[in-house]
Amino acid sequence: MEAERTEHLNQEQQRDYTGSKMGMWLFLYTEFLLFGGLFLLYSVYRTRYVEQFHTAAATLDTVLGAVNTVVLITSSLTMAVSVSAIRKGDRKLSVSALFLTILFGCGFLVIKFFEWKAKIAHGLFPGALEMFELPQGEVIFYSLYYVITGMHGLHVLVGVVVLLGMLTLLMRKKINEKDFIKLENTGLYWHLVDIVWIYLFPFFYLLT
Amino acid sequence: MNGREQGGAIIKYRVYVYVWGSLIILTGLTLTAAALEFGGLSIIINILIASVKASLVVWLFMHLKYESRLFKVMLLLAMTTLTVIILLTFSDVLFR
Amino acid sequence: MQTSFYVAHGRFRGIFSWILSTDHKRIGLLYLCSILSFFIVGVTLGLLMRLELFAPGRTIMDAQTYNALFSLHGIVMIFLFIIPAINASFGNFFLPLQIGARDVAFPRINLLSWYFYITAGILAISTLFAPGGPPDAGWTFYTPYSIITTTSVSLAAFAAFVVGFSSILTGLNFITTIHRLRAPGMTWFRMPLFVWSVYATSWVQILATPVLAIVMLLLIFERMFGVGFFDPAKGGDPLMFQHLFWIYSHPAVYVMILPAMGVISDIIPVFSRRTIFGYKAIAFSSMTIAGVGYVVWGHHMFASGMSETARWLFSFLTFIVAIPSGIKVFNWVATLYRGSIILGTPLLYSLSFIFLFSIGGLTGLMNAAVATNLHIHDTYFIVAHFHYVMFGGAGFAFFAALHYWYPKITGRLYDETTARVAWLIVFIGFNVLYFPMFILGWQGMPRRYFDYPLEFTNAHMISTIGSWILATGIVIMFVNLVLSAARGRNAGNNPWGGATLEWQVSSPPPAHNFEEIPQISKGPYDFN
Repeated sequence: MEAERTEHLNQEQQRDYTGSKMGMWLFLYTEFLLFGGLFLLYSVYRTRYVEQFHTAAATLDTVLGAVNTVVLITSSLTMAVSVSAIRKGDRKLSVSALFLTILFGCGFLVIKFFEWKAKIAHGLFPGALEMFELPQGEVIFYSLYYVITGMHGLHVLVGVVVLLGMLTLLMRKKINEKDFIKLENTGLYWHLVDIVWIYLFPFFYLLT
Repeated sequence: MNGREQGGAIIKYRVYVYVWGSLIILTGLTLTAAALEFGGLSIIINILIASVKASLVVWLFMHLKYESRLFKVMLLLAMTTLTVIILLTFSDVLFR
Repeated sequence: MQTSFYVAHGRFRGIFSWILSTDHKRIGLLYLCSILSFFIVGVTLGLLMRLELFAPGRTIMDAQTYNALFSLHGIVMIFLFIIPAINASFGNFFLPLQIGARDVAFPRINLLSWYFYITAGILAISTLFAPGGPPDAGWTFYTPYSIITTTSVSLAAFAAFVVGFSSILTGLNFITTIHRLRAPGMTWFRMPLFVWSVYATSWVQILATPVLAIVMLLLIFERMFGVGFFDPAKGGDPLMFQHLFWIYSHPAVYVMILPAMGVISDIIPVFSRRTIFGYKAIAFSSMTIAGVGYVVWGHHMFASGMSETARWLFSFLTFIVAIPSGIKVFNWVATLYRGSIILGTPLLYSLSFIFLFSIGGLTGLMNAAVATNLHIHDTYFIVAHFHYVMFGGAGFAFFAALHYWYPKITGRLYDETTARVAWLIVFIGFNVLYFPMFILGWQGMPRRYFDYPLEFTNAHMISTIGSWILATGIVIMFVNLVLSAARGRNAGNNPWGGATLEWQVSSPPPAHNFEEIPQISKGPYDFN
């Protein structure tokens, strides 16, 4: 009987829809401040090494950056559609939109991978011999580029894994029009990752 | 804790597509602004455009428009905190 | 009588009924036991340091060992003891009880946070046996030394990174719990002040801890890949490390002290049989302290070469923190005034909290003035100051909470006479240990050295003797508490006559706290 009661109480708590969403938003604030700390570091060094940041930023591939921006924005669209669809009870649309989101997420990571690969092939990475010949400001720029886009990429990767989990739950009807908070919270996280990139793009690719 | 509480209004797909379109246009705009080389102004313009984009995502994609005031106040609190931290750090960095 | 939460073991048995439990009371006790274990580790390290300083020159260890000891003492005491001390243990146990909830909002995340905590603890202790030896860069990990030292700084920094997650998850859980799970009628201004302080603390945890996470990660990257952010040789700025570090670590001071103030605000009305004086002022001052706590971190950096503008700005802002802290102290004293005071052990610890915290706080104002600060920077004056605030403040409040809530947790009473004797020894030992450090510092004894000039011998000797007195007191206190758990008299539901909700349920509390969620119609300190 005790176990039954525990079960009952657990269910009571799990049904606190607003509470779950509040917890997710609070978690997003911690992510916001985590990247905030990195942006603070970026802005300090940018004010210190204005010219050198411009020189270094010119070597980044703006086209790839722009394509990745479009990819991530579109994945946000499909994510939002997926949540709306399951709330309307349209499982089919929800599943396909979520699948597209995962696809776009992977696409973003693949493009990012080739971008990093090209840079590393040129010997532009922290600790490389070529780096010692560069002015200090450019070294700092590349380090910031790797650390910040790396942290962001890690978040995309985690996002993709969680989205895959959600896809399984969605297909097994564990997520449905009555209980969709998990999908909605995942969506919130995914949008935050998008927002971070929205700032990263001009900060690293568009310094003129 | 019944169905009524769950999530409020469902946004129409059409609205999402509009938001997406605006985001794409704004991306184009920020690329143009960078290409025009406004010098020192450029970073401010780009941050402004990025903030408009971020607001669109938060307000509609993330559904904040339909959340209670508490959620909005909390977001404001987090943003204020970061702003204050940046300003105070710059009180050192700019005047050193 | 309902089954207590010790008997209702849930889905698992034996040890698993604890380490896999999602009951906030069991998790609170998990935290309490692990926190106390790390406290003992920290105390041992501290005693060894004091023993080394008993006489000038090498006494029992060499300089490198001493460097490792003070680093580890700091890391263990700050990250593993005092930050979670009251918040994670008593907060977990009593927050849901005090607001009339059956559990926290996310019980499983709550358990996860303990696992993060214990992992961090094991990582921190394992630095003792790691190749390269324990870290010697202090608990503050200042660059550039922390980048070049070959000791296991990375491992220690990673431990701090992991414990940050535990802190964040606890904060997130408590805020959601307070917003969503208050019993009907439990309005914001009917919440016990302990809940208010936990609420303020949780916001600090959420909005400050991520910055620590990122700076610890950057330090590890710096050591692994040489990214150069904090390395002047590569164009980096070591002061940016200090900024980012203190952006977290100063607010962290309020993570330590705010729950302590909450405990004191709960104990004083109960033991003076008067409703709290200035309820709203105390509640709002908790929020103010949390807010102002964000904008004062620069006072740790007055001597670092920071800009003149930043120095006067941070100095000014630091003085402002004294206002909400003062408001609290005056309100506590006003509550005591003309009350029917019962001088129980929890109150004794609370009164000594007010006394010691005032000394710590007022010397804090001396540190806040830039000119004075430059004179006493990095001396024993600072060491004395923060031990008065952290140990005399948060530590004594932890002991107060331990005695105050002991009957509720165990269902038994501790031996009052022994507890009072232990208090007296702890109080005397504390002052003999730390007060000479004010004088030493003022005379110019720098901190973090294993050796000192001859003229400081007497004060150091007195201080070391103080450490033995203090340790004796702590041992007596713990022995009393442990023995009473088995042999103590039955406590009954409400031995102190408290009016907050946790005293309205049986001791120890039943598994689900409340059979019926109570309907609240009066304030937390309404004794009529």
